Amino acid sequence: MDKRVSATEAITHIKSGMTVGIGGWGPRRKPMALVRELLRSDVKDLTVVAYGGADVGLLCAAGKVRKVVFAFVSLDFMPLEPAFRLARQNGAIEVMEIDEGMMLLGLRAAAWGCPYIPTRVGLGTDVIRNNPDIKVIDSPYDDREWVAMPALNLDVSLIHATRADQRGVCEIASPDHYMDDLFARAAKHTIVSVDEIVDSKHFSDRDVARRVYWERCETQAVVHVPGGAHPSSSDPLYGFDVGHFKRYGECIAEGGYDAYADQYLGEDEASYQSAVGGLTTIQTLPIPAY
Amino acid sequence: MTYSLAELMVCAASRVFDNDGEVLATGIGLLPRLAASLAMRTTNPDMMMTDSQSFMLSAPNPVSGMTSHMGQANENWMGFARIFDNVWSGHRHALVGPSQIDRYGQTNISALGGSHQSPKVQLLGVRGFPGNSISHANSFFVPSHSKRVFVEAECDVVCSIGYNPARLPKGYTFDDIDIRRVITNLCVMDFGGPDRQARVLSLHPGVSLEEVRDNTGFDLAVAVDLAETAAPTAEQLAILAELDPKDLRARQLKDNPPGVRPTQQETSV
Repeated sequence: MDKRVSATEAITHIKSGMTVGIGGWGPRRKPMALVRELLRSDVKDLTVVAYGGADVGLLCAAGKVRKVVFAFVSLDFMPLEPAFRLARQNGAIEVMEIDEGMMLLGLRAAAWGCPYIPTRVGLGTDVIRNNPDIKVIDSPYDDREWVAMPALNLDVSLIHATRADQRGVCEIASPDHYMDDLFARAAKHTIVSVDEIVDSKHFSDRDVARRVYWERCETQAVVHVPGGAHPSSSDPLYGFDVGHFKRYGECIAEGGYDAYADQYLGEDEASYQSAVGGLTTIQTLPIPAY
Repeated sequence: MTYSLAELMVCAASRVFDNDGEVLATGIGLLPRLAASLAMRTTNPDMMMTDSQSFMLSAPNPVSGMTSHMGQANENWMGFARIFDNVWSGHRHALVGPSQIDRYGQTNISALGGSHQSPKVQLLGVRGFPGNSISHANSFFVPSHSKRVFVEAECDVVCSIGYNPARLPKGYTFDDIDIRRVITNLCVMDFGGPDRQARVLSLHPGVSLEEVRDNTGFDLAVAVDLAETAAPTAEQLAILAELDPKDLRARQLKDNPPGVRPTQQETSV
């Protein structure tokens, strides 16, 4: 079995109007090469579910997005993602704004085939008032009301992992896999970009096998893109690119999406990487410490 | 002994964790994180803390001067998914800096003005505030005490549940909501007034009750034993210097004001 495909090939699976989950967290381990391939495509009207960073900002700025399901969209050292902020302030997108933990529950419900998971989270806040689709229900077991967090069923998930074999066994060697396992399980079709392709024997080491957070049947496509998380990080291989994120913010402020895309996006990943200083530069970006 | 207003606030904020025992203390932002770290080194050694990424630590990391997470005092893996297991268990106390706080102790970090579809200013989004506020203790850290933060009306976006009878969920009482303290650049408050009204507990050196009231958009109760906020001790200041060797705490408040106001400044406010 060989699930390896090119980014272009992988992205043909995504059609306009689909719901797409994106793994990672803020500026960390985002499948940016796959996002860039989406930016180059004709796809539009997407619903995007993510712990968002520049992935969400860029897709919004490029007009690919109808709706964003989010708890935050942030680059951490830049607390407010510049393109997302503009899109929101222009009223350009629909939103489902929920708590970070509610997103986890929604993905888990989808993964488990449940219509919803009950939770206290959201009670007494505008999360409930602003999302009439999220119901508050009575419990058969107590006298309290509960938020019925609906399943966030995904058509496709995009994830960036450290390495995988050709069958789609994916290792995340970063200190945190975030909710990527849930994104993989909540989606009908999961596309994983990786920095490295390895032989299946790599996983016979028990410590490595413990860094595999979902089974290969949850992964439908593997895309080998060294440096493919840039400008987000792929810890322990490389950190996120503070300089490039700042430059991205300037482009968005000065000339919007076109200013950024004209200078950096290019026709493929090779031209993108050369525009941002080359693969070696990406792979030597330091891991930040807090 | 001289000390800065930031150091006074951090020391006052560290005391919110005094009686917490084994809870995960999360300070969001440099000064709140420093406050939680100071508490773990002084008044509550049983406290738990993370490296702000994916490991729990048995001793806090410095907030400045770190070049690598290698060699830190890891205690257990604590990825973000697992944080929610802790949050929903209630064994956590967060110290956070909302953009708006209203009379009910409801807070906002999501957006200002406009509408939900098109806010005038998009801020962070609700992040984890809804879940934090209904699951565990929360305290607030406000570097700039003003009516822009302590708003007259309800928060523009209610991100965290507070003591608002109109929003109390079915089956809940105010005892299910645990807002501890509010530390600002002027004073320390809690919600211990009549019907959970915000209440001033102590004023920072040189600050008057009138100034606090003038800068708050709602009525405040006053503690019967209203005090002056305790000055940092030499021990606390020494630990702060250890935890923040690059002195980033001096750059958090505009012009890094002293902890005790010069008299002429007091009269010109």
